[in-house]
Amino acid sequence: MEKIYSTKKNALAYPRVGPETIQFLLAYSKALRIVKHRQFSFEMILN
Amino acid sequence: MKPLKDDSLLVNDYISGDEKSLEILINRHNQRISSFIYSKVLDRDVTEDIFQDTFIKVIKTLKKGNYSEEGKFLPWVMRIAHNLIIDHFRKNKRMPKFEGSDDFNIFSVIGDDKLNAEKQIIKDQIDSDLSLLIEELPDDQKEVLLMRIYKDMSFKEISENTGVSINTALGRMRYALINLRKIIDKNNIVLTNS
Repeated sequence: MEKIYSTKKNALAYPRVGPETIQFLLAYSKALRIVKHRQFSFEMILN
Repeated sequence: MKPLKDDSLLVNDYISGDEKSLEILINRHNQRISSFIYSKVLDRDVTEDIFQDTFIKVIKTLKKGNYSEEGKFLPWVMRIAHNLIIDHFRKNKRMPKFEGSDDFNIFSVIGDDKLNAEKQIIKDQIDSDLSLLIEELPDDQKEVLLMRIYKDMSFKEISENTGVSINTALGRMRYALINLRKIIDKNNIVLTNS
């Protein structure tokens, strides 16, 4: 009797964003420098 | 167990240069944000793209020091994601994407978006009926409605041209529409083309 109920995965469990995307974001964050001069701010990506 | 650090603390740490905090923030909210995006776009690749763009915006804003919503990190990120989802659908509307399939249908690329003869006649009839109804409106409301709908002017231009404030122009537009609906309801006019 105990096997009547299936343990189906929750169909609403959406996928998480993959590790590549997270790695990219972290690398981007490390590379990005914002330089402010008067009212301007410049974005620099340091590779 | 180590107590979890608050979002606002992590944000502050990140702003002061601790890159690790960003990783914690992303991992902490990954599920919720990606679920939210996926529930709207229903595509894994697009979800990843929008998630990435969302955090690029987050990173830029934080690094520029423009973030000021203390303690409301997740709702703020969700709002950015929400706006990007809207942008995504707008872009797709302008530039439809074609699904790669063997049975390529040329009519998905070229289409005749003109109305057929019958619908065109109905549309002309509606347009002429509507212009008669607009004549019934008070002059100030009629003026704003004509400028907005037929001349496609912005409310700023309308306010400059009529010498009233933008809010007054907006109010007049609102009343023009309300009054039009009243006239339509009162006379049982049917203005549909379907």
